[in-house]
Amino acid sequence: MTARYHAPFAEQGSHSIDADIANRLLRIALRKGGDYADLFFEYSVSGSYVYDEQILKSARRAVSMGLGVRVMKGDATGYAYCEDFSFDAMKQAAETAAQIAAGGRPLAPLDVSMREIPDRYPVPAESLDVEGEAKKVMLERADRAARASDSRVVRVDASFAESMREILIANSLGHMARDRQPLIRFGVRVIAEDGGNRQSGSSGGGGRVGLDYFDTKTPEAHAEQAVQQALIMLDAREAPAGEMDVVLGPGDSGILLHEAVGHGLEADFNRKKTSNYSDRVGEAVASELCTVVDDASLHGSRGSINVDDEGQLPTRAVLIEQGVLNGYMQDRHSADFFGTSPDGHGRRQSFRSHPMPRMTNTMLLEGSDAPDDIIRSVKRGVYAKKFGGGQVDISNGDFVFSLTEGYLIEDGKVTAPLKGVNLIGNGPDAMRKVVMLGHDFEVSDGIWTCGKEGQSVPVGVGCPTIKIAALTVGGTQTAGG
Amino acid sequence: MTNAEQEAKALLELGHSVVERATSAGADVAEAGMHSGSHLSAKVRMGKPELVEEAGSRALGLRVMVGNRVASTYTSDLSEAGKRTLIEDALELARLSESDAFAGPPDPSELSSPAQWHDLDAFDEAVSGISADEALERALQGERAAFEFDPRVSNSEGASFTRARGVSALVTSGGFVGSDYGTYASMVVNPVADDEGGKKRSGYHWTAARHYADLEESQAVGEEAARRTIAQLGAKKLPTQELPVVFDKDAARSILGLFASCILGGSIWRKSSYLVDRVGSRVASDLVDVVDDPLLARAPGSRAFDGEGLLSRRNTVVESGILKSYLLDTYSARKLGLKSTGSAARSPSGGVSPSSSNLILKASTQSRDELVADTRHGLYVTGMMGFGFNAVTGDFSRGASGFLIQDGALSHPVSEVTISLNLDQLLQRIDAVANDLDHRTAIASPTFRVSSMTLAGS
Repeated sequence: MTARYHAPFAEQGSHSIDADIANRLLRIALRKGGDYADLFFEYSVSGSYVYDEQILKSARRAVSMGLGVRVMKGDATGYAYCEDFSFDAMKQAAETAAQIAAGGRPLAPLDVSMREIPDRYPVPAESLDVEGEAKKVMLERADRAARASDSRVVRVDASFAESMREILIANSLGHMARDRQPLIRFGVRVIAEDGGNRQSGSSGGGGRVGLDYFDTKTPEAHAEQAVQQALIMLDAREAPAGEMDVVLGPGDSGILLHEAVGHGLEADFNRKKTSNYSDRVGEAVASELCTVVDDASLHGSRGSINVDDEGQLPTRAVLIEQGVLNGYMQDRHSADFFGTSPDGHGRRQSFRSHPMPRMTNTMLLEGSDAPDDIIRSVKRGVYAKKFGGGQVDISNGDFVFSLTEGYLIEDGKVTAPLKGVNLIGNGPDAMRKVVMLGHDFEVSDGIWTCGKEGQSVPVGVGCPTIKIAALTVGGTQTAGG
Repeated sequence: MTNAEQEAKALLELGHSVVERATSAGADVAEAGMHSGSHLSAKVRMGKPELVEEAGSRALGLRVMVGNRVASTYTSDLSEAGKRTLIEDALELARLSESDAFAGPPDPSELSSPAQWHDLDAFDEAVSGISADEALERALQGERAAFEFDPRVSNSEGASFTRARGVSALVTSGGFVGSDYGTYASMVVNPVADDEGGKKRSGYHWTAARHYADLEESQAVGEEAARRTIAQLGAKKLPTQELPVVFDKDAARSILGLFASCILGGSIWRKSSYLVDRVGSRVASDLVDVVDDPLLARAPGSRAFDGEGLLSRRNTVVESGILKSYLLDTYSARKLGLKSTGSAARSPSGGVSPSSSNLILKASTQSRDELVADTRHGLYVTGMMGFGFNAVTGDFSRGASGFLIQDGALSHPVSEVTISLNLDQLLQRIDAVANDLDHRTAIASPTFRVSSMTLAGS
């Protein structure tokens, strides 16, 4: 490999870590009586380019590296990290983490051996290895296209972010695995003005891919979408307030599923019985149209991983099957509690944080309805096309989402664009009210980042057109809309 | 010399050497910001330790300019190879960037020096001395207090205690040399109670301070967390309507935070704020005064100098409802033809942009209870959810929870509703401000009331 950036702990690195060193550190970690330990080596390089006011205004790069050591004793975790790979520094981190089990009897870890992992995001060239000029050209193209498309466009900024995360995991169960995880994200934001009215629009995408991403989705296509959104919003009217039918567009709307259902199915909340889905495996928790999966194996998707951050191999987990709760997303700690095997959902933001059950690519599978029929079935409601983000209260499933692009549906037709639309509801309640599902499943372009307990990880979402009977729409127009 | 002073000295030496190497490699301007810190965090759940985390870290952010071309780099790899990559990458990226006429460091005459800096009392040796056992014990006390407060508290998301200390330093080729250090301790308790229909209600309360002695007692934090959790039991929707809305100080702070994002110089020249061209005009009711004060002793957002080395100063942002000033760094000031307000913040990764320090909506004289008693019918908001705010237009719509106010008293809890009103109008409709301001957070507000908003519910 001729990559420009290499982890010091890689095979040819300055501080190469092999099975022998890993075993020694794991033995130190378990010396105080811990019953499980893992080592998480990480070297991550990220870069960003911002094109603004028709120049490449700033360029950034960051290197972050270290080792996180975790030791577990029952439900208790000891965690420590260091930022250099000298044996003394690593040994000290292992000793600090070991303290959680102080007073116990030493346990010998199993000798580690390297695991074979899948190859879900091969790239012809890692973005960080491609000269900056090539990225500048993509940003210029987006800027030019957005400016040329309409005279009401008064501002354009475009950004490109890239990263490569190299990890090495070793645990006391004898697993060792390496991975290199590339990621890019492109975005265009425009502001359009008409008279005194000013509105913004944006479009973005990416994934675990190289610059070949732009072969399928050009900078011009993103520019066009951002401009269209801003122009549509110039004509938007105040949104209605109150309960009505809501139709969610395909792809991007998966974020609603991620928030409203996904988080409640992460096993840690269920182990602690603080989720509204606790103790409900086998029960109907959604309309029978709904089958929800979390699939780490999608080729090149933003949420895909070859190996999780605990050394487990994730695949495709069926969470809800035809409305019935099938199981939770497990990390190693929760899997122990539930007496099942970890299924590769242990993820962490960086070596500075301990893993938790997290989603990868969360998707609601498609149904059999034609999207047009779904719209036609609505007398008065809202069509949700693009989401700005959302939040859920795990303990009861209450959620709130804001739309960046939404429309009124009147007498079976999509009509006026709406501004300031929020959707508010309850996860299980909304899932029971799914009455139609389109046959137009899409995976959202790679833009989503999920936050939990202060840790961010990239995720993917996907879904078909969905009709939910009666959700609360939070607008400002109370009487008649 | 204390440990913190020694660490500051080591960071300054690192900074001097990197700035020197970057300038001799071809940078016309080089600015190195160094951070180091250590923290301990302890979490308990259901009366047992769940997590003890302890670590230290050190990193360097570099901003360089070649002519008017700007780039920044960051590394936590402080080996010789790591520093070489940091400097080489910065120069390579600067040469890729394009000339920006407004870029450049502040004029040397604007830089501050140690004799001018205020002592902000941000460091407490007692915080660094807190052991893992002590931290676990404080968290256990807090969680226990929540369970003992009310039998309806049936579960827990846990309780955590964290202590941290940090040292930062800045060295610039323009001649600024400065360092700063501080401590921080915090505790949070997060109880859970069972509600009707299989729903659960999760609530929390927290305390945080730069000095150990200023933290609220664990017992009191646990009890308040339990009180807040229990108070939500039986929450229901309200019918869609227009009504007065009282924001308690936590919710009010969140509203002020949205306003804060709209007064930063970067949002103004980018036209990404509804407050473009509004200095001198009315942006809030005449009951509203807002200041940005970086010089408050022991406050979380205080700083003696800003991220470019300028002397920190108190800025009046809103006076009797009239917008007096944006918050500016050198770059945004040049873009707008104004002077920096000493509001630059330098991110660990090397970038510089304006930020608020302690942004405070001034307290009035009446108590929170008097304000509620003066409201016949309304919504009392204690929590908000979601991201429904458009800074370009000011459109605001978020999920809200809290209590119905009936005849001047809090009645049943409310959830699953949204409240909406453009922020410009929301601030202009503030018709009462209470006196319950505290400085626990860098953006802080007392309870206030908005005369009318749209509530969407059933």
